[in-house]
Amino acid sequence: MSAPAVICRGLRKTYGETVAVKHLDLEIQRGECFGLLGPNGAGKTTTVEILEGLTAPDAGEVEILGMRWEEAEREIRPRLGIQLQETRLTERQRVEEAVRLFRSFYPSGPTVDELISRVQLGEKRRTYVKDLSGGQRQRLSVACALAGQPDILFLDEPTTGLDPQSRRALWQVCEEFRAEGGTILLTTHFMDEAEKLTDRVAIMDHGEILVQGSPRELIDTLGGAYVIELTPTVPVGDGELAALPGVRRVDQTGSGDWLLTADELHRPLPALIDLLGGKGGGLSALTTHRATLDDVFLAQTGRQLRDE
Amino acid sequence: MSRRAAIRELTLTRLRVMLREPEVIFWVFAFPVLLALGLGIAFRDAPPEPVRVAVVAETGAEAYVARLEASAEVSTTGMAADAAMDALRRGEVALVLDGGDPVLLRYDPTRPEGRTARAVVDAALQEAAGAPRPVDVRVDEVRQRGDRYIDWLIPGLIGFNLLSTGLWAIGFYIVQMRQNRQLKRLVATPMRRSDFLLSQILARLAFLLLEVPLIVAFAWLVFDVRVEGSLAAVGLITVLGATCFSGLGLLAATRARTTEGVSGIINVIMMPMLVLSGVFFSASRFPDAVQPLIRILPLTAVNDALRTVYNDGLPLLAAGGELLIVVAWTAVCFLLALRWFRWQ
Repeated sequence: MSAPAVICRGLRKTYGETVAVKHLDLEIQRGECFGLLGPNGAGKTTTVEILEGLTAPDAGEVEILGMRWEEAEREIRPRLGIQLQETRLTERQRVEEAVRLFRSFYPSGPTVDELISRVQLGEKRRTYVKDLSGGQRQRLSVACALAGQPDILFLDEPTTGLDPQSRRALWQVCEEFRAEGGTILLTTHFMDEAEKLTDRVAIMDHGEILVQGSPRELIDTLGGAYVIELTPTVPVGDGELAALPGVRRVDQTGSGDWLLTADELHRPLPALIDLLGGKGGGLSALTTHRATLDDVFLAQTGRQLRDE
Repeated sequence: MSRRAAIRELTLTRLRVMLREPEVIFWVFAFPVLLALGLGIAFRDAPPEPVRVAVVAETGAEAYVARLEASAEVSTTGMAADAAMDALRRGEVALVLDGGDPVLLRYDPTRPEGRTARAVVDAALQEAAGAPRPVDVRVDEVRQRGDRYIDWLIPGLIGFNLLSTGLWAIGFYIVQMRQNRQLKRLVATPMRRSDFLLSQILARLAFLLLEVPLIVAFAWLVFDVRVEGSLAAVGLITVLGATCFSGLGLLAATRARTTEGVSGIINVIMMPMLVLSGVFFSASRFPDAVQPLIRILPLTAVNDALRTVYNDGLPLLAAGGELLIVVAWTAVCFLLALRWFRWQ
């Protein structure tokens, strides 16, 4: 039985007074796509860069493919594909030149042509990096990460700032890599991305993992499949809301709105309108959606994942 | 792929970036040529001009005008006394001839042309009056090839260009890569760090093949500046110099996090040598007390070695001391740079 792709235990990293990673344990199996989720400043990038062997932790142990950085950096490096957050490639370099440069660092891997076509940049192969769109640059960056046919692909916020079409193009590259048996560690603050791509996620905040599991399991911890967000025009008690049929959970947001988690919508909604009507009031706002990892994060921290 | 492939790709990448950067093309190629052109024209050799003498009117000095004008080395202008003194102060004339007995010559002894005028006018007056010449003198007007300012300037410009390209192309570029996290991205691959540094130097030396011949050929075609010694020796000195200044550039780049930071460091390194190391004027103008310090600066050593071969036509060994200084600087810079270099 081969060793897990990534194991880390008791990871800790501080920068002066700031604790970037407080105490972190992770285990990622081979062939898995694992998502590290959390808001900006949660410690995701620090964690990933420690795992990538680019930052030394203050405490804790890391094993990559059963090897440790201190002992086997030469053996580990060629087996990882790394995309750093916001790396700028050389601007006056053509797409094929950039890919050929990165390919030259690895003992084996796909050809330059294969790499370029895998990220669908065939038409842009003679284009300067500076003339690429954000999505094209990001795909080029992934092509460079794939240059050594890696066992593990690290992607740090690969789709931040991209349009929906570019995001889907990148997701497709990830899915193809998975299909060949590759392992992915992905950080993101897009919950839909995590739900779409990952087998398991860990939600991080303030340098710690709050919960981890498959997206389905985490959403199930909310107790219901739907979330009803409402602003009543008259005062209402949480006991009254909890008593509505089908409602599993009641939370109040910082701004005073109510969040109801329910198994379904068709039973609690009429009852809610009856309840408020009986008090001589109504609703000034009402939205409903299927429960997502965003709701899990909100339930865990009382905060929205992304500060609008 | 082999390590050679990585070194080749890294070197090619660096060369492509340099050649695709219009600013680099200007500073490395156009700038030294324009500088040589400008200075060559400003300090060109003019035929000897006659000394200009103001002859003060109505003092009896007019009597000497014909005698002075007989000499090709003097030209005279008649002026009122006040106007003549103003012209002297402004440097429009080198000497004022006042009449009377004895004849009065007014000039400013701190100006070289004043002293020349005094000697020329005095001799012309004596000779015209039929003074005897107790010593017979023969003169030989000598113009030697390679003694003009432009001949002296070109090796210094080459040396300075080696320094500035080394500092900017290596130092600035590496800090830029550190600042936008490209260095970190490279370190995240199995690339050997020594391959990266080696290819920066190789790209720099490859660039030399374009840079130095351009200046040498330009100086030869436009100003007839000849390499008196061997071209191979000049080539070797520029390779040693460029390697040394690459090391200095690497040292400048070891710690700086921002391009602003490294620009300051580069200027601090470059400016003193621009003044002290004999680029535009000879380093021997500085006091004897600081000469030992000036002699061990790497740019002084490179410039002196270049001039030994380029102007004096001496063999490479005649610049052995200077070359040792250059090699020592190279070793120290690389050792310190490799020890202190920060990749992230």
